[in-house]
Amino acid sequence: MSRIAGAFFRGRPVFIGFTVAGDPDMGRSFSAATAMIDAGADILEIAVPYSDPVADGPVIERAHHRALMAGIRPVDVFLLLRKIRDYAPDLPLILFTYYNIVYRRGVDRFFSEATAAGADGVLIVDLPVEESEEVVPSARRHGIERIPLIAPTTSPERQRAILQEASGFAYLISLEGVTGERDHLPSGLAGLVSAVREKTDLPIAVGFGVSRPEHVRTVLDAGADGVIVGSALVRLIEEHMDDGPGMREALRTAIVSLRDGFSSSSRT
Amino acid sequence: MKAGRYGIYGGQYVPETLMSALIELEETYTRVREDPDFSSRLSWYLHEYAGRETPLTFCENLSRDLGCRVYLKREDLLHGGAHKLNNTLGQALMANYMGKSRLIAETGAGQHGVATAIAGAVLGLSVDVYMGEVDTRRQALNVFRMELLGARVIPVTAGTRTLKDAINAAMRDWVANLRDTHYLLGSCVGPHPFPMIVRDFQSVIGVETRRQILEREGSLPDMIVACVGGGSNAIGIFYPFVGDAGVALVGVEAGGEGPESCQHGASLSRGSVGVFQGALSYLLQDDDGQTLETHSIAAGLDHPSVGPEHAMLKDSGRVRYEMVTDAEALQAFRYLSRTEGIIPALESAHAVAFALRAADELDRDGILVINLSGRGDKDVVEVAKHNGGVE
Repeated sequence: MSRIAGAFFRGRPVFIGFTVAGDPDMGRSFSAATAMIDAGADILEIAVPYSDPVADGPVIERAHHRALMAGIRPVDVFLLLRKIRDYAPDLPLILFTYYNIVYRRGVDRFFSEATAAGADGVLIVDLPVEESEEVVPSARRHGIERIPLIAPTTSPERQRAILQEASGFAYLISLEGVTGERDHLPSGLAGLVSAVREKTDLPIAVGFGVSRPEHVRTVLDAGADGVIVGSALVRLIEEHMDDGPGMREALRTAIVSLRDGFSSSSRT
Repeated sequence: MKAGRYGIYGGQYVPETLMSALIELEETYTRVREDPDFSSRLSWYLHEYAGRETPLTFCENLSRDLGCRVYLKREDLLHGGAHKLNNTLGQALMANYMGKSRLIAETGAGQHGVATAIAGAVLGLSVDVYMGEVDTRRQALNVFRMELLGARVIPVTAGTRTLKDAINAAMRDWVANLRDTHYLLGSCVGPHPFPMIVRDFQSVIGVETRRQILEREGSLPDMIVACVGGGSNAIGIFYPFVGDAGVALVGVEAGGEGPESCQHGASLSRGSVGVFQGALSYLLQDDDGQTLETHSIAAGLDHPSVGPEHAMLKDSGRVRYEMVTDAEALQAFRYLSRTEGIIPALESAHAVAFALRAADELDRDGILVINLSGRGDKDVVEVAKHNGGVE
């Protein structure tokens, strides 16, 4: 069983924490990642910094910018991944990236380096199923899982096509918009989760806008198997950038509190 | 060739959330292009409202200087002062057909923003225009024009605060407001079907040019020159001539401070292949695929990438792409103003500058057409600064 499948197989909700590699620099980024792991993140999703992250809201965009300003390159991302892999040998690690980084490096080379560094899965945010022809066989060859994205605007036919070639888990985008914290998650989440559930055996995790314990509860009550939290954690790194212990403590408190949503959900 | 591809270029590299909107847009476009009611409405707006057709002016003074027969395609005389309105009227009418009540747009020099504001005003759509904060300062006059026309101008403070960041911001807005909003993209860039739609709406320039030159000269031109930022005015005039092997087509990119300076906007001449803002095309990027900063005195050419159809036309050799520096463009700006009494946009001045350089390639009977994509009123303050005249 793959590490990703193993994380979901345990039968309890899965907490996926997102961070931008090298934000605000290599050392502090590693420290943030380990703090998230220590606080109970079940899976880490690690973004490759990119100059034009159009799917992201301002908080994560600033993190990309900070990492680029620190001179973080793809080789550094792989290095960071390797260190995290050493720190947590069994933790599923997912690389989140924009396609030009992969294209420029060469699809095969990127996947080979990602696997060697310890990545279990890759999520390419701007590569819809129409354009993934070249990527699918290469990912398979390197034994890396390709996490599919499904949006509220995705038609049932597209859901089927997307799920057909996917592995790992299905990443459901909760709302129409970019990443970022929101006051409320949209209603209708349960309908989206069950529509996808009908079409796949893959576990389902929900992200975008999930930033409070009550959101976590909403997502689990909608029938999902896991949550992805990004901007809320990235904002803490930004706020506590110059205070290492403070940053680790803030991340720990946030994750523990978000995980409270697990216990208050009707599903556990 | 796959749908939405130009050779290997083009495609739809966008987040999943946007796919439904692109599919809806393509379906609408397929429907309206066959719809006589749509065609007649667009035709009415282009002719009765915007002032088409635009003249193809024979320039006696320029012809004498250059030693060949020089014509200017006068998109500077289109309502709004540039070719941009051809596309914004078409897409705003499409928004009407899709039942969308709001337009968003990006703008660099402000010309596309103004053209969107005009189309929105006349067709009863609300308009929000994203503009890099740097550009709002260097094109303050156009900000005021857009506001007069009832549009809201939203300064973008992310990244390099120029056109590319305005496009990013507009895409983010669109993802969040797909149901009531149409993203009126201003150039032949971005994901399919935008490059096709923009090319088709801008092809009116080339269709008219072809008819006009045949009436006037009884033959096709020997060379057509147009400036290329994203490439919409160029693809508009080139497209109806692509099959005519005898017509040399030249696209002129921003050479900025010089091609070796790294301060330019010449994605075709100096870039490499990559994915940017939804399409595979030529791109100014570093070894890792990060977008590089660009520079041009012409805000409309200050962009790191170019439409995918131009990428194909470059590879096939059908279109030749050349560079003109800021200094050459400024010189051509003054030259055309004095020689013909026409103040060109700084973008279009790049095409004029190349024509001055290339005239040697033509003999006395040779016919040269320059696409004068816009007028230069918006640029006079910027040019005066370079002269040391105005602060």
